[in-house]
Amino acid sequence: MAAANGAGRILAGGTDLLVQMRAGVVAPGAIVDVKRIAEMTTIVEELGGFRIGAAVSAAVIGEHERLAQAWPGVVEAVNLIGSKQVQGRASAGGNLCNASPAADSGPALVAAGAMLTIQGPKGRRDLPVEKLHAGPGRTTLEPGELIVSIVLPPRPARSGDAYLRLIPRTEMDIAVVGCGVSLAFEGDVCTSARVGLGAVAPTVLLVGDAASALIGSRLEPDAIARAAAACRAACRPIDDKRGTIAYRTKIAGVLLARATAIAAQRARSH
Amino acid sequence: MPQVSMTVNGRPIKADVEGRTLLVQLLREKLGLTGTHVGCDTSQCGACVVHVDGKSAKSCTLLAAQLDGANITTIEGLAGADGKLHPMQEAFRDNHGLQCGFCTPGMVMSAVDLAKTNPNASEHEIREWLEGNICRCTGYHNIVKSIQAGAAAMQAAK
Repeated sequence: MAAANGAGRILAGGTDLLVQMRAGVVAPGAIVDVKRIAEMTTIVEELGGFRIGAAVSAAVIGEHERLAQAWPGVVEAVNLIGSKQVQGRASAGGNLCNASPAADSGPALVAAGAMLTIQGPKGRRDLPVEKLHAGPGRTTLEPGELIVSIVLPPRPARSGDAYLRLIPRTEMDIAVVGCGVSLAFEGDVCTSARVGLGAVAPTVLLVGDAASALIGSRLEPDAIARAAAACRAACRPIDDKRGTIAYRTKIAGVLLARATAIAAQRARSH
Repeated sequence: MPQVSMTVNGRPIKADVEGRTLLVQLLREKLGLTGTHVGCDTSQCGACVVHVDGKSAKSCTLLAAQLDGANITTIEGLAGADGKLHPMQEAFRDNHGLQCGFCTPGMVMSAVDLAKTNPNASEHEIREWLEGNICRCTGYHNIVKSIQAGAAAMQAAK
């Protein structure tokens, strides 16, 4: 990467990079394949949580039973990237680095409180996933830096997460809005919450106000309504062929309510 | 020019490839395995699906140089050495699961991966699995029927 002098690109699954190269959108000076680096291509259980190599394919993530039990929302988000045959190659790390505001892995990983382990010429550092994106197609990674792994924290009893997206088709589409929710309960009271929203701003959003509305509540209708209102207030979407500003904003609140219900249901049985 | 070694349909091969050579180009142009088709060239249509280390993948979006040491199966690798069709191929023939046939290699390779991953897939699960395989002739109905029959035949043959 250093020899390429800024023109190098990392190749994980290649499902974005090769298509962009074929379309003439990018012309890297060098391509560095990371799929032979063991720590980037394995999932390990660590400190009660999971460390997922950034280049692990979506298919392998989907087949990891304990990961799917602990973090079903993250796994369902990663398994919405492309089609089955794309998931055989595509990785969560690549999906994050492509930095589409509508990428499915983003909101679920933000809700999960995922930390990224980043390696660069100056050594290693950790970065909360919500700080990765700088804008559409742009990350805060320094030249020469790459994501090595994605760390998901331990799951206490009575916790659950969920990811939902709205698309006009049933499969193989780009989110009009995506929403990830992660909750933990003591008894019936929600003790911690994180909400991630995708495709409603230049970057994936961590919606702190929506989480605050849920924490301390028993997910009564008015708490859900306040959290949905916080999601709508956080939206700064664009108008495009997939959805208007008004539609995206409205749907952000709808998905918050639905994803919260699924996450709470999972927490009850976890 | 990098040299790659891989196993293609059970046969070890070595080839010199350019850095930019795609797996599908290596298969079709160097190895003469033209059963794998190129449709859209942008990983949408699924005509180029092959198995890489047992998982279905789109060979138009893989660099050959990436796959040193990999085990590749193409549509040519499914039938027996005696020419006897794979149960999934039989099922596509019996159920009229193709018309022009262009998408068929990718359809069959995806279907075999599905049948291994989820041997009792429902009609709904089959249709979902085919999200990355586009057919412009059949309307998918007979493809789904073929896959149901092929998956059952694969289980029976175990």
